[in-house]
Amino acid sequence: MTGDISYAAGRMIKNKSPNIATTPETESHLAAPIITAHELRKHYGDYIAVDGIDFTIPRGKCFGFLGPNGAGKTTTLRMILGITPLSSGRLSVFDLAVSEHGRDIRAHTGTVPQADNLDPDFTIVENLRMYARYFGLPLNAQLEQRIDTLLEFAALSERRNARTDTLSGGMQRRLTIARALINDPDLIILDEPTTGLDPQARHVIWSRLNELREQGKTLLLTTHYMEEAERLCDELMIMDHGRILDQGSPAELIRRHVEPEVIELRGCDMATIDTIRSNIHDCRVEHLGNSLYCYTHDSAPQLEYLRNEHGLTFMHRPSGLEDVFLKLTGRELRD
Amino acid sequence: MNLWQPPRIRRNALAIWHRNVLVWRRLLGPAIVLNFGEPTLYLLGLGYGLGFFIGEMDDMPYLSFLASGIVASSAMTTASFEGMYSVFTRMVTQRTYEAIMATPTDIDDILAGEMIWCATKSVISATAILIVALFLGVVQGWQAILVIPVVFLIGLCFAGPAMIMSAFATNYDFFNYYFVLVVTPMFLLSGVFYPIDTLPAIMQGFVQFLPLTHAVALTRPLVTGIPLTQALLHLGVLLAYATVSYYLAVVLVRKRLLV
Repeated sequence: MTGDISYAAGRMIKNKSPNIATTPETESHLAAPIITAHELRKHYGDYIAVDGIDFTIPRGKCFGFLGPNGAGKTTTLRMILGITPLSSGRLSVFDLAVSEHGRDIRAHTGTVPQADNLDPDFTIVENLRMYARYFGLPLNAQLEQRIDTLLEFAALSERRNARTDTLSGGMQRRLTIARALINDPDLIILDEPTTGLDPQARHVIWSRLNELREQGKTLLLTTHYMEEAERLCDELMIMDHGRILDQGSPAELIRRHVEPEVIELRGCDMATIDTIRSNIHDCRVEHLGNSLYCYTHDSAPQLEYLRNEHGLTFMHRPSGLEDVFLKLTGRELRD
Repeated sequence: MNLWQPPRIRRNALAIWHRNVLVWRRLLGPAIVLNFGEPTLYLLGLGYGLGFFIGEMDDMPYLSFLASGIVASSAMTTASFEGMYSVFTRMVTQRTYEAIMATPTDIDDILAGEMIWCATKSVISATAILIVALFLGVVQGWQAILVIPVVFLIGLCFAGPAMIMSAFATNYDFFNYYFVLVVTPMFLLSGVFYPIDTLPAIMQGFVQFLPLTHAVALTRPLVTGIPLTQALLHLGVLLAYATVSYYLAVVLVRKRLLV
């Protein structure tokens, strides 16, 4: 339904790097990382938000920062945009140092912030038009055409003259994503793109983000939704307390950190938990609230035992990212 | 990035100005009522009413004396309001700057654009007063047209300090301090309502440091046609206030937003 939304603006911005997905000579660029961080550190007084991390983010993929609140995800994104000064270390985007070239980096980057900050004084179409002005794009027929394409992409064509405060949360988010694409960015940064949205709205956002990835855009997103990370991200970096705990594809991370199968028991009292713990073997048992998780390579013996115990509700499933996440970041509550 | 790094203003500043023009245009009706209504009431009420008892001041009808001073003071209040309430709203309440800062338009451009917009609003309000004054027969000669660029500079000169206040403010009530301690005293002391040479000697020295004194010293001769003296000094003071306050506002807003 959307066509190629990078088409119109590709000609609009002068001296712009060629479209990565479609031009063969940029094949070698795919190997070169789009973002490189070395010993990246940010502290506020005594509080260390980002604690000397190293990472590289490949081009043309969807890369995720996964971590609990306070892990340092948003701070890292802001440093990438050049709007949070580094305390120390090196950080370059498009091979440009963020401390000197923030303006150039932002010219080729699209940003979807954690909380929508659409301009409440304007309608949908005026929001897009004004945002194009902040990128220095001329207000001409080409821009109008691009705005039409973006509105269609965001499924907002019908509401183009509505004021932003009349939009639902999902619509505002879609408009924010459309706004982030106005400059035909090579890199799109999304800070918790679906937090606070209902399931339908989330699925729409996910399908749009997948389309962008298929067009060869590099997506960098933060999330604490495992499902989102698993669906969207080619590669993930799990962060906590300003450090990187591990990095890899969702499948790799699962393979590396947890047993392939898990049996989850819910609604157990302490006595039941103790009974099960002493009767169940050859598995790693974790306990969270009144749920019990048994991680194992071969679930047959445990399942046999549990089936013979009456009155137990349990679920047998393959391990997922959530299991990795909880193992690496611990199970205590974060605020 | 060094917070004290000298600002670099680009064409993007005009996008900020453009944004504000578009929003202002939407509220044109109330804006016009305010811009024309208020000075008309002031000039008729004080100029004729009080002028009846005062007669002449500084060898001119009190209405002329007052109108030529109010042109400058309204430029001050307009730019101050815009630089505080509106800038604070966009910077903090609406988080418009946060959205803009994700683009190549940065704080240097944003504040330059806001400052030009504050000055534009000063020009709009002063022009309205000038038109009212023209109808009341106050304006003497074509040199009065030069008031417009002067008022633009007055707007810049007061926009900067107002934006500094916005950079410090945690809520709207904070601005009361600035109005009560700075704007209102200046309004009363800088020669808008009576000549400054009637002040005690020590005060006469002090008011020379106030930018509104120099603003009035420019607008009064231009509107009423009396000889203009020391124009370069007055322009220089206004320009210095504008430049230094812009720079400080940029540093303080960087300190606040680039965290």
